[in-house]
Amino acid sequence: MMGYYLRLAIISLRRNRILTALMVAAIALGIGMSMTSMTVLHMMSANPLSHKDEQVRRVQLDNWDANDPWDEDNPSEPPDLMTYQDVRNLVAAHKAEHEAGFFPNVLSLEPAQREIKPYMVEALFTTHGFFPIFEPPFKYGGGWSQAEDDNAARVAVIDQETNEKIFGGENSVGRKIRLSGEDYTVVGVLEKWHPTPLVYHIAAGAFNDPQAVFVPMSIGIEKELVSGSNNSCYEDRSDPGYQGLLGSECIWMDLWVQVKDDADAQRYLSFLNNYVNEQKKNGRFPRPINNKLRSVSEWLVAEKVVSRDARTQVWLAFAFFAVCLINTVGLLLAKFMGKSSEIGLRRAVGASKPAVFAQYLTESGLVGLAGGVIGLVFTGLGLLALRKLYAGTSIEKLAQLDWTMVGLSLLIALVASLIAGLYPTWRACQVQPATQLKTQ
Amino acid sequence: MEFRPVLNALMRNKTGLLLIVLQVAITLAIVCNSVFIILQRIEKVNRPSGMQEAGLFTVNSLGFAPDFDLAGSLRQDLDALRSIPGVIDATTINSVPLSQGGWSEGLSDQPDSVPQDKRIRESSAIYMVDEHGLNTLGVKLIAGRDFNAGDISPRTKDDKGTLHSVIITQALAEKMFTGGTAVGKTIYSSLGGKNGPVTVVGVVERLQAPWVGWDKVEQTTIVPQYSLGEFDANSARYLIRAEPGRRDEVMKEAERKLGEINTGRIVRGMRSIEEVRGDSYRQDRAMTMVLTTVIFALLAVTGLGIVGMVSFWVTRRIKQIGTRRALGARRFDIRRYFMIENLIVVGIGVAVGLVLTYGFNMWLMKHYELPRLAWYYAPLGALTVLLLGQLAVFGPATRATRVSPAVATRTV
Repeated sequence: MMGYYLRLAIISLRRNRILTALMVAAIALGIGMSMTSMTVLHMMSANPLSHKDEQVRRVQLDNWDANDPWDEDNPSEPPDLMTYQDVRNLVAAHKAEHEAGFFPNVLSLEPAQREIKPYMVEALFTTHGFFPIFEPPFKYGGGWSQAEDDNAARVAVIDQETNEKIFGGENSVGRKIRLSGEDYTVVGVLEKWHPTPLVYHIAAGAFNDPQAVFVPMSIGIEKELVSGSNNSCYEDRSDPGYQGLLGSECIWMDLWVQVKDDADAQRYLSFLNNYVNEQKKNGRFPRPINNKLRSVSEWLVAEKVVSRDARTQVWLAFAFFAVCLINTVGLLLAKFMGKSSEIGLRRAVGASKPAVFAQYLTESGLVGLAGGVIGLVFTGLGLLALRKLYAGTSIEKLAQLDWTMVGLSLLIALVASLIAGLYPTWRACQVQPATQLKTQ
Repeated sequence: MEFRPVLNALMRNKTGLLLIVLQVAITLAIVCNSVFIILQRIEKVNRPSGMQEAGLFTVNSLGFAPDFDLAGSLRQDLDALRSIPGVIDATTINSVPLSQGGWSEGLSDQPDSVPQDKRIRESSAIYMVDEHGLNTLGVKLIAGRDFNAGDISPRTKDDKGTLHSVIITQALAEKMFTGGTAVGKTIYSSLGGKNGPVTVVGVVERLQAPWVGWDKVEQTTIVPQYSLGEFDANSARYLIRAEPGRRDEVMKEAERKLGEINTGRIVRGMRSIEEVRGDSYRQDRAMTMVLTTVIFALLAVTGLGIVGMVSFWVTRRIKQIGTRRALGARRFDIRRYFMIENLIVVGIGVAVGLVLTYGFNMWLMKHYELPRLAWYYAPLGALTVLLLGQLAVFGPATRATRVSPAVATRTV
């Protein structure tokens, strides 16, 4: 029966090609536009740590000025970064399963090979807890331990690209790499790793590439480095120099911890509150206690990772899709109404209402499917155009079609066209055979 | 003629009417608000930065050799850069305007000892340059004087140097010192050591902060200092202005020369300001393009939808048209009928659309901090949509005029 309906539908669609083309084009455009913008939004709002969202927590302490909140538009928001002293104290206290305190900067890499010129690498100066928390996949070796952190041992984890460049992709664990004039021992080599968004360090750009080299944070302190991305102070430092900075209320470090579950997070939060109360005795933390321990997904929302433009585009695209659907309803209605006499004839020779219903729904479904397939082509083109338009920005990397989106757009096209077809089909079924036959 | 009969006929086909009205309404709302957003973005992108951007480019240097001498290297590099043929001037600079990365500072017109509510406090972007800074940037000094060599001091990790004089932008001057000239006034901030006073020696017409999305983008302070490893040991950044037509040639030469005079460092991040600007405003440009596409696609879909609907109506009414023609209606009358019908339908759509337009605008104002829609958008949008409707109906209406009066006699 389905085959018969399909054949009838195709004949009917072919009879009025322009109208059919209009309907298919409308759905295809609607799908193309909404799926293009949805894809970008989907990638932006991804959470690469969703499997341990509850366990990985961002630490925020409100150490800001008594009179001036960190964010004047949103006074209940504590600063997004931490001071060195708090990171050091909290990592040393080790009240969570793992702690990752870090800041980014650059190191120069001087390859042993003469033919490669020295170049800059982005480096993350971090405590060893980074690796178990964010789980970058290791190709060779692994992270380092407490001892290396304590002694500022010259050890490094390098990414796959650096390993290709310097060691030809071999297992380089145990070999030396020269960074800013010193030899480091490679302890781990990562596989290709690109968390999107870059959850652990959003401040410098949520869709940046991860650092190429990871070394103990204590080395950065020894070298008297500060963060290469953001540093903020609310007061003038009382002591000059780097030691003054370390003892100041300037914020420039990220701190993440891993806890067991929600209850454990509550325990850690009360530990933080106690810590701040302790510090208040030293005259620090003039503001009321306002510490936060956000999960990864909460952090992504708080940092507004999804851009406003992307959101607006999705809204617009769906409004556009709605117009396309309304359009299709109108055209289908026009088409089916034009067939009153045909329907009347079929009803008179014995076709039941459900049979007529099924047949016309098949026809609108077919339109939807065709629109969906062409819409996918439009989506591909749309993403291509977006990559060109946003070349060099984060969106360029995000505008990639993935299979969920392909399936979703076909499904949406089919469902939408069936819904669009429902009313016209229902109207078509209301045709009274007798009145239609009479006028013939 | 003849609104009533047209309206009566329309009321017999409420669904078709409703569908077109809805389409037109949503179209109008989206088109008006999108055009509004587009024009705002264009305005933002076209703001002058205050610099003479044509020949400007920037480059970074980072020393890695153990015996690297930053102070010596700075002197040597700047001399080398300034001696390249085609270079107008060169300076050290801590961050590049329009580049989205930089330093901001809170400035006050009174010392800390004065209660907060009695002071004016303003945020300002900070550019640190040497005595060639203003000339390199190409900013226009409108009051006071430029820096001289005596003003310049280095900042190291332990020593913020001696700072006595700054130059500020007109926009900042108006905020900080309402009424009267800013030249000679004192600014208190942590720039000059612990809340120390510095004197405004000059005012420039305009120089934008590095962050193009900042609401205080015009508030900028130029400071006669340079970093000598204050934050990053051994790093330096230069800004160079070449004669407009010779920039690319000068950039190549600069890269070659810097690489040559000192091999103990890495020369990187060579970018023209044109490129920097392009990157910073890319999102805005892209948004403009996306919205333009949406507008045209939407108008096309709505227009074609009307064509389709009206074609169908014409087909259904062939007999009616024939009868009218047989009873003496001219072709002109038939066309007019469909045009008026379309005017009514689209008109109702426009009326509903105006409500939607303002609703949508209010929503944007609330969530996206967009200003209120200027009054002329809605009527202009409405006119566009009405014209679109008339254009769309023209074809099918012309087809209707070709219906022969004989049709009336044929089937009845």
